[in-house]
Amino acid sequence: MLKIENLHAEIDGKPILRGINLTVRPGEVHAIMGPNGSGKSTLAYLIAGRPGYTVTQGSIHYRDKDLLALAPEERAGEGVFLAFQYPIEIPGVNNVYMLKAAVNGIRKYRGLDEVGAVEFLNLVKTKTKEIGLTDNLLNRPVNQGFSGGEKKRNEIFQMSVLEPSLGILDETDSGLDIDALKVVADGVNRLRSPERAFVVVTHYQRLLDYIVPDYVHVLAQGQIVKSGTRELALELEARGYDWVTADAA
Amino acid sequence: MAAASSEVHELLNRKYDAGFYTDIEQDQAPPGLNEDIVRLISSKKNEPAWMLEWRLRAFERWLKMPEPKWSHVHYPEIDFQALSYYSAPKSNKDGPKSLDEVDPKLLEAYKKLGIPLEEQKMLAGVAVDAVFDSVSVHTSFKDKLAAKGVIFCSFSEAVREHPELVRKYLGSVVPQADNYYAALNSAVFSDGSFVYIPKNTRCPMELSTYFRINAMNTGQFERTLVIADVGSYVSYLEGCTAPQRDENQLHAAVVELIALDDAQIKYSTVQNWYPGDEEGRGGIYNFVTKRGDCRGRNSKISWTQVETGSAITWKYPSCVLKGENSVGEFYSVAVTHHRQQADTGTKMIHLGRNTRSTIISKGISAGRGQNAYRGLVRIAKSAENARNYTQCDSLLMGNQCGAHTFPYIEVRNNTAKVEHEASTSKISEDQLFYLRSRGIKDEDAVNLVVNGFCKEVFKELPMEFAVEAQKLLSLTLEGAVG
Repeated sequence: MLKIENLHAEIDGKPILRGINLTVRPGEVHAIMGPNGSGKSTLAYLIAGRPGYTVTQGSIHYRDKDLLALAPEERAGEGVFLAFQYPIEIPGVNNVYMLKAAVNGIRKYRGLDEVGAVEFLNLVKTKTKEIGLTDNLLNRPVNQGFSGGEKKRNEIFQMSVLEPSLGILDETDSGLDIDALKVVADGVNRLRSPERAFVVVTHYQRLLDYIVPDYVHVLAQGQIVKSGTRELALELEARGYDWVTADAA
Repeated sequence: MAAASSEVHELLNRKYDAGFYTDIEQDQAPPGLNEDIVRLISSKKNEPAWMLEWRLRAFERWLKMPEPKWSHVHYPEIDFQALSYYSAPKSNKDGPKSLDEVDPKLLEAYKKLGIPLEEQKMLAGVAVDAVFDSVSVHTSFKDKLAAKGVIFCSFSEAVREHPELVRKYLGSVVPQADNYYAALNSAVFSDGSFVYIPKNTRCPMELSTYFRINAMNTGQFERTLVIADVGSYVSYLEGCTAPQRDENQLHAAVVELIALDDAQIKYSTVQNWYPGDEEGRGGIYNFVTKRGDCRGRNSKISWTQVETGSAITWKYPSCVLKGENSVGEFYSVAVTHHRQQADTGTKMIHLGRNTRSTIISKGISAGRGQNAYRGLVRIAKSAENARNYTQCDSLLMGNQCGAHTFPYIEVRNNTAKVEHEASTSKISEDQLFYLRSRGIKDEDAVNLVVNGFCKEVFKELPMEFAVEAQKLLSLTLEGAVG
């Protein structure tokens, strides 16, 4: 489903990723762990198409499409979703209105009719309940005045409405208390299916107690230095990153 | 990934959609301005002697006035003798009685602009007094308005049919010698709209006028006078586009509003004059004087403007708050792109007790656009318990544009409360990426962010106008982020 081959990327001439290889099949959950500055967020951004990075080598293919050749909105149309680490505020833009524009943008890309207002509101209502988002948040400007937890909840809410085939979570667990963490994990687990895959970027193994990954990869200095199963995450928690990153250097 | 910025530039460089030219015979005065021209204009319009005398007085005063230079805009010297001061569509000399008598080419031009002149007007419930160049060609819904005693007609007609009202109110808000361009307008104004709402009457529909400049080298001098008598209400919409031209065209309109006791006037403008090309060639100079007089107790005047066009916009729709408890409001979105320049804002002159005013100004600068907010809040000694709230926000798109704020506050009564808030922000790549990653196309993402920024102003516009304004804004700013 997602195939990253020998990906090298830099920003302002500074290399960040130095040869990433990663294959994700439908139904799988991959956790990407690693110390600060190892390139985890860059990898997430590159899959979603954030401008500002230069890919110097390698490729990202998604369902046999060259993802790097697509604009961010086209990638969303293909089913890619990024839950941001720091969701940005957009003053004056109603949260639900934005989401409706997103749903219709994706539907248009797929050659489908736009969703009707009533149908959309019903969908929103159902999802709101699942995520435990208050109506109040729905009708406020996007992320404006949201607490850290509310912002993350809003990301998961958007994800559950957009129902992507590949969900990328960029440190969605950072700064969350245990209740909020459960909401995030529940949101992901509810979407888990044999057709859908997730890449979960996280610093801590704590999240992986709730979102149980099939594979765990350790990213250090722009390369995947170790891959394993869930046990690797537990080992990392017990031993820290040094023993794996030392191998890389 | 660097593709993002070049896409943005492509979007930005769209051509002006309303840029077509209608080939209609013009009945045009020779270029130049002197007393004879003033007399010619007056006689072409079959004006009574008092109107001609008024024009001549204004002309005399204009001759003695210096051209103002204090605005934050730059343009080559205007040669007032090179302009032509009168032009009328020839086929329209005697005034059409029905649509059949209107030049079909004219109707076609209106259609291209999407002006609802025929059946659509009925459906939309909008009465349109269309000014094509200088003569009103069509006035609709007159009967319906007449039943309520509302007068809505061209200015020339008002001069002939309602001289007592025109003589009483003309120049009473914007005196002839108020400023250079107002004096010029007073001398040579071509036509415009006149509205009178009788006592205790709510105007049964939104009134609207479309202006359009369509003759080469013709100064366009509109004159608008709106009078809301005691206890009345009117909402007036003004919108304009102009076809593409090479020379700069001067547009110096004067709008006067008068609200008597308990009366309310809502005046909304969507301005889309031709802004010039990407290098700033051509385009309209929009030097306008707009002022409302809250003459009566509990009266209210609201200005809402969306300014996306013109090479240069220079105007300050203002309120003089004379009546006790009167209220003045100014809501503005001003956009400058490419080489456009705007120096716009408002004046709130508090004279009466318990007068209140609100100013919400949103300036958007893109390309090499320069956008200045200039606002005056004056609380006179007599204005006990006056209140003002001003909010002034600027949004920058790209790094070659400019935003400037010149707030003037003069308070002569210590019971006054004046608040001023200002912000400047840049549309961020991160906001756009966030929206795009959700599946929203790049230009839609820009529109969302910009519309969010302008929301407080758009919500003041009548519904159909708000939709039009949003479209206009997205057209104007397409590709403005790089």
